[in-house]
Amino acid sequence: MKVQIDSQLCQGHGRCYDLAPDLFGEDDEGYATLTALTADGNVPEGREGDIRLAAANCPESAVLVHEEALNDRR
Amino acid sequence: MTTETVVVVGSSTGGVRTAQALRREGFAGRIVLVGEEPHAPYDKPPLSKQYLAGEWELDRLALITPEAAASAEIELRLGVAAVRLDVAAQQVLLADGTALDFDSVVIATGAAARPSPWPADSGVHVIRTLADVDGLRADLAAGGAVVVVGGGVVGAEAAATISTLGHAVTVVDPLRTPLARLVGPEVGRPLEELHRRHGVDTRFGVGVEGIDGTAGNLTVRLTDGSVLPAATVLVGIGAVPNDAWLADSGLLVENGVVCDRYCRAVDSDRVWAVGDVARWQDPRYPTEVRLEHWTNAVEQAAAVAHNIVHADGLKPYSPLEYVWSDQYDWKLQIVGHASRGGRYEVVGDLAADPARAAVLYSDDDGRLIGAVSVNWPKALVTSRRALTAGGSDFESFVEQIKALPAKPPAPAAR
Repeated sequence: MKVQIDSQLCQGHGRCYDLAPDLFGEDDEGYATLTALTADGNVPEGREGDIRLAAANCPESAVLVHEEALNDRR
Repeated sequence: MTTETVVVVGSSTGGVRTAQALRREGFAGRIVLVGEEPHAPYDKPPLSKQYLAGEWELDRLALITPEAAASAEIELRLGVAAVRLDVAAQQVLLADGTALDFDSVVIATGAAARPSPWPADSGVHVIRTLADVDGLRADLAAGGAVVVVGGGVVGAEAAATISTLGHAVTVVDPLRTPLARLVGPEVGRPLEELHRRHGVDTRFGVGVEGIDGTAGNLTVRLTDGSVLPAATVLVGIGAVPNDAWLADSGLLVENGVVCDRYCRAVDSDRVWAVGDVARWQDPRYPTEVRLEHWTNAVEQAAAVAHNIVHADGLKPYSPLEYVWSDQYDWKLQIVGHASRGGRYEVVGDLAADPARAAVLYSDDDGRLIGAVSVNWPKALVTSRRALTAGGSDFESFVEQIKALPAKPPAPAAR
């Protein structure tokens, strides 16, 4: 599984980094970032559920999840 | 081995997120998602903004794509309403005459726009569904002045959007300031000024007496005796839960499905409710509450999915209220209680253009109870964390917000 933040869409609701603080971070203004664990876009093994939880909670659909099984379709 | 089935009735945020959360919780049985509207499940917040403005097409509103539903093994039954719930027989009856058997059912039928109490032949609209907005856009395309009745989230956002489309807009509301159920006048007045700066006329503190005429040639009579001509009228005066289909279900239905602290119907262990249609016993409050917030629907969906899957580990549901609204260049975020008229402190300047500020609210005991931020998400998320932790001393929290980093000199375009 792969993950990205669409920084054009992100409005700083902070849901992702509150729900999965080791997978998502925040900049000085409160907008979401990836972290050391996700910086390369790869989701750590076993953390798919947390990524999906963060995506489901994003009001702007700014957490982009690519299920590799779907051949990179969203 | 028999397969357990969960039927989720309602294909908007609460329903879709419940189905997805069931899979996250490891539910391996059958999930059927029933939706009255024929469209693939879509998200509602953009309806009064990007979709109304014509900036986004329907595909940008997808809550779940058919492919994602198939991959999660969520069966979609769209374009067919649920018409009856037979709790004893464990069946949901659909408008096409078929029935779905369930082990558990999740009621997520949401709410409908409160209809206009002022009958007119045509040209009077509400915003709740895609079809509503398509109808409104068709009338707006003919041009002319627009009167928006209601200065809540839907009315205020739509007024901003419609004015940006080039229409002369007047907002009317008997309350004193916009968003008055969410924020006090210390935020509402600068927000009203923002609308006026953008050319929107505002008539707060005045009610509507009646609406006459037809599309393109309407008049809105106000309680102060004045009359506003309009080509199109939008009425945004709240929502009512879609619970009429449960009338003969035997469930206690009273302004929503009445649920216990686990969001389970008080009458049946097999029936759950999520989102705008659920009125549940939040342990923090003396009586059941019903919330019409996007984040509530998502969080309640997760709570219900957990409780369905973990019958031996039920968790009470007690969310921290969170709402946002986008109007012009204001990104408003509201957490906790910000409209209860208590003590507050403003950090930053709401009258600045562009604004960047936080308004922090205290209870009588000097504890933080809520916050509003405008174009300052860091202040909001900091407040939300403090409210989640509970018991923050107000004075020191204000200092903490004041000490947040200044805005960077060259902000990225957003």
